[in-house]
Amino acid sequence: MKYQCRRRVDKEDEMTCLIKGCNFVLKNIPHEAFVYAKHADSEFRFQTTNPDIFPYLLVNIGSGVSIVKVESEDKFERIGGSSIGGGTFWGLGALLTKTKRFDELLQLASKGQHASVDMLVKDIYGGSYGYLGLTGDLIASSFGKSATADKDFSKEDMAKSLLHMISNDIGQLACLYAKLHNLSRVYFGGFFIRGHPVTMHTITYSINFFTKGEVQALFLRHEGYLGTIGAFLKGAEEDNPNQYSWGENYAGSSGLMSVSPDMNPMQRARSGTFPFDMLEMDRLERQLVNLPLLQDPSSYIPDTVDLTEDALAREYWLYCFEEALDGVVKRAVASQPDMPEAALRAEKFRQKYRHKLQTLRQQPFAYGSLTVRSLLDTREHCLNEFNFPDPYSKIKQRENDIALKYYQKAVKSLDELSWEEKQFALVRGVLAGNVFDWGAKAVSDVLESDPEFGFEEAKRQLEERPWLVDSYDQWLERLKGPPHKCALFFVDNSGVDIILGVMPFVRELLSRGTEVVLASNSGPALNDVTNGELQILTERIAAMDPVIEAGLREDRLLLVQSGSSSPCLDLSRLDKVLAMVVRERQTDLVIIEGMGRAIHTNYYAMLSCESLKMAVIKNSWLADRLGGKLFSVVFKYEVPAGKPNKDCGAFSPS
Amino acid sequence: DNIGLARKPPFPWFGMDIGGTLVKLVYFEPKDITAEEEQEEVENLKSIRRYLTSNTAYGKTGIRDVHLELQDLTLCGRKGNLHFIRFPTHDLPAFLQMGRDKHFSSLHTTLCATGGGAYKFESDFRMMADLELHKLDELDCLIRGVLYLDSVMSSGPSECYYFENPADPDHCVQKPCTLENPYPLLLVNIGSGVSILAVYSENNYKRVTGTSLGGGTFLGLCCLLTGCSTFEEALEMASQGESTRVDKLVRDIYGGDYERFGLPGWAVASSFGNMMSKDKRESVSKEDLARATLVTITNNIGSITRMCALNENIETVLFVGNFLRVNTLSMKLLAYAMDYWSKGQLKALFLRHEGYFGAVGALLELLHPS
Repeated sequence: MKYQCRRRVDKEDEMTCLIKGCNFVLKNIPHEAFVYAKHADSEFRFQTTNPDIFPYLLVNIGSGVSIVKVESEDKFERIGGSSIGGGTFWGLGALLTKTKRFDELLQLASKGQHASVDMLVKDIYGGSYGYLGLTGDLIASSFGKSATADKDFSKEDMAKSLLHMISNDIGQLACLYAKLHNLSRVYFGGFFIRGHPVTMHTITYSINFFTKGEVQALFLRHEGYLGTIGAFLKGAEEDNPNQYSWGENYAGSSGLMSVSPDMNPMQRARSGTFPFDMLEMDRLERQLVNLPLLQDPSSYIPDTVDLTEDALAREYWLYCFEEALDGVVKRAVASQPDMPEAALRAEKFRQKYRHKLQTLRQQPFAYGSLTVRSLLDTREHCLNEFNFPDPYSKIKQRENDIALKYYQKAVKSLDELSWEEKQFALVRGVLAGNVFDWGAKAVSDVLESDPEFGFEEAKRQLEERPWLVDSYDQWLERLKGPPHKCALFFVDNSGVDIILGVMPFVRELLSRGTEVVLASNSGPALNDVTNGELQILTERIAAMDPVIEAGLREDRLLLVQSGSSSPCLDLSRLDKVLAMVVRERQTDLVIIEGMGRAIHTNYYAMLSCESLKMAVIKNSWLADRLGGKLFSVVFKYEVPAGKPNKDCGAFSPS
Repeated sequence: DNIGLARKPPFPWFGMDIGGTLVKLVYFEPKDITAEEEQEEVENLKSIRRYLTSNTAYGKTGIRDVHLELQDLTLCGRKGNLHFIRFPTHDLPAFLQMGRDKHFSSLHTTLCATGGGAYKFESDFRMMADLELHKLDELDCLIRGVLYLDSVMSSGPSECYYFENPADPDHCVQKPCTLENPYPLLLVNIGSGVSILAVYSENNYKRVTGTSLGGGTFLGLCCLLTGCSTFEEALEMASQGESTRVDKLVRDIYGGDYERFGLPGWAVASSFGNMMSKDKRESVSKEDLARATLVTITNNIGSITRMCALNENIETVLFVGNFLRVNTLSMKLLAYAMDYWSKGQLKALFLRHEGYFGAVGALLELLHPS
């Protein structure tokens, strides 16, 4: 290598790299680990990323088996191993079946019947060994019938026997080590496992058997990369990779088992020129952490619906995103009128994203749990890949300009209302403003011409109460009580939404004496307002509004980036600075606005302080799912259970 | 043996253990028959006794292990010799036929049998030989048999033994020992499959686990890989072969020891690992393959045993079962593995009567019902 590449080659210890890589993916890639359940509705059950990953057992099944106990980032030990591993399966398999390739051996195994080769308990007992609870179908002696049989065995049967023999043996040993060291998290990796449902199944079965269901075998989506990632991290050590956060880039990464031999042949053909598996990760300049206000961070799942499990929903959303593709492509082209190859790139984007959708249709588990969020994020990644970082940039600007013109008038008419009327108007304002979302196809037609008219019209069109989810009365009662110390507001769209809906609401909070932290996207997504844009907007508003101006000046109105570049919101991956601010300011109210952040994600999220989730459902399928209709309103005000409102006698719904 | 002698069961006294591969039969030949008794003795009982004791081979596959015979044994107040006979389970029908021919059923004795076959072939016994089996649990019998044989004061060699210097072929010797105060004990029974028991006292034991990679696997794989057909053939081949040609060793991967984790270069990294390569597949001999199979199965049993010993906190391990019959290679490997990987903490013990304990336990149940 030194000679061929004319580069210095630093040898790094294999085990160290493996563990470093394993720690890295477990901490940084959502839905990295999964449980494999062959006969369940969704074969792959992805685990939520837990920052607390230690201790765990890593069983690496290569030619041989290494069993490593990992106690912390720097403390790990190879506590044992076995010489009966992938090499044994391959070697013995080749000798017995004359099959040369590992993949072929597995294919043979998947078709075989091992009972003709193995001696089962029922072959010895005539049934089960009841006294000990050993069922008749258990293997008593692998290859136990091979000595006395008078006929030849088929390759498939022998391969299957061999597979069970080896998987069961490895599983048993892993369980014995796990038991000795009191470990309940056992991850499996190595070429024996990689992308092979057959071996994942047998190992899962084995672990389940030997621990009587107490421990589940866990696999890693990117286990083939552990060593390389570890080596990379070692080399990058001076740069301290831990100071960054990382995300999986869905555009550049091929999905789980994209090159598995069991894969749909069409898929393999489509993969085209690149017969390799790829992982692309984005390094984020800033660290991402949990929102401190999550009631139970370890069980927090952002997504409301899991499309890997819900086949009907999956079918709908994949179809929906396919249908919307035309519009997205047009928008992308239109956003770069001065660049001649924009049309070409947009077409490439279309091909790529469509291919992703098709992959996901075949293999919903390709990138972990499939959710509306992941579909949206994948689209963003693909747009970025073909140089469309912000297709809505000009539209956002235009909308902002128009909305700003109307701002003072809107605020003035609000100030003229009675207190109660004003509160309601403010809420309706946020909701109506939220209807202005270019991301939802149903609305874009209404808005092309006159935003002012559009806004008034939208307010009028807003669903009559009672809303689909309606806790407005409780919210109003709460407002009669003492002001909140600090509100954290996750905002949504640019234009009418932020300027005419959100800002007046914020203004009201400031007037009451509540501090406000506006959390907006770090990077662009659809027409959502970004932190950079919000800074500019707020200054322009401050120029015409003394309340906002005072808020900024007195440091009671803060603008902080959320860490997200998605239309959805993952409260477990927020910018570290935001988390700090939330803590310092003793935030006691969280407001989440919009379908992406309050319905597709976080609909069921439980916070440890009061929260307000506001959105208008702009998708008729989803509305129907939730028991409403198109443009139904969700106004969810929640108070954590066991925390009665301090000075408020009002009933607190949970 | 202190249970009050109620009625002695009538002769013949048999204990049977019908396993997956072999049937083990234990027969007590009374040597203190009085003239009176002789007179009254039924003809077919005499003929059975004569047939069993004057032959050392029965049919094509039955064998009496003369070297294991226990002479001048006192059982249930009678003095005699205990004989140890085995034949393949495959040939059980022939045995049943013989039982029928010799009108065994007219002797009205209870036939105590253990092992899976006692359940599987229960109806065959009834139908073909008109015999009613008294079925017993194989692990109960195993433990009972082990404890009994070790305690018996016999003039012969010690039942229990171990290996001194197992790593050094020139100085490796068998040394006798007893199972005095043996508890807690890990009992590893290597038959077709393997059962691992933790024994805390005569009546207190549990089956910790088992593995399907046992004697049956060794024999089965050997037959497939080398074309041999008996256990003895397989062992003979193994004794001539070199497993390091078949296995991939640590030094084959690391060029030496993997010091970081204390793995010596000679340790096997991947059993049959060299067989991934076509060239190597074509260059190894049948003997090498047989040896590798033996080593792989044996070391695996050793590994699992060691982990069980650690989990159960037991330091004494007793290996029994017919996999170890005439298989000094495996015994030494086990002795060495236990010692080396546990850094001397674990001690491996063996018993001369290897696979017969179940049958002995069954016989004991006949004589002293629990």
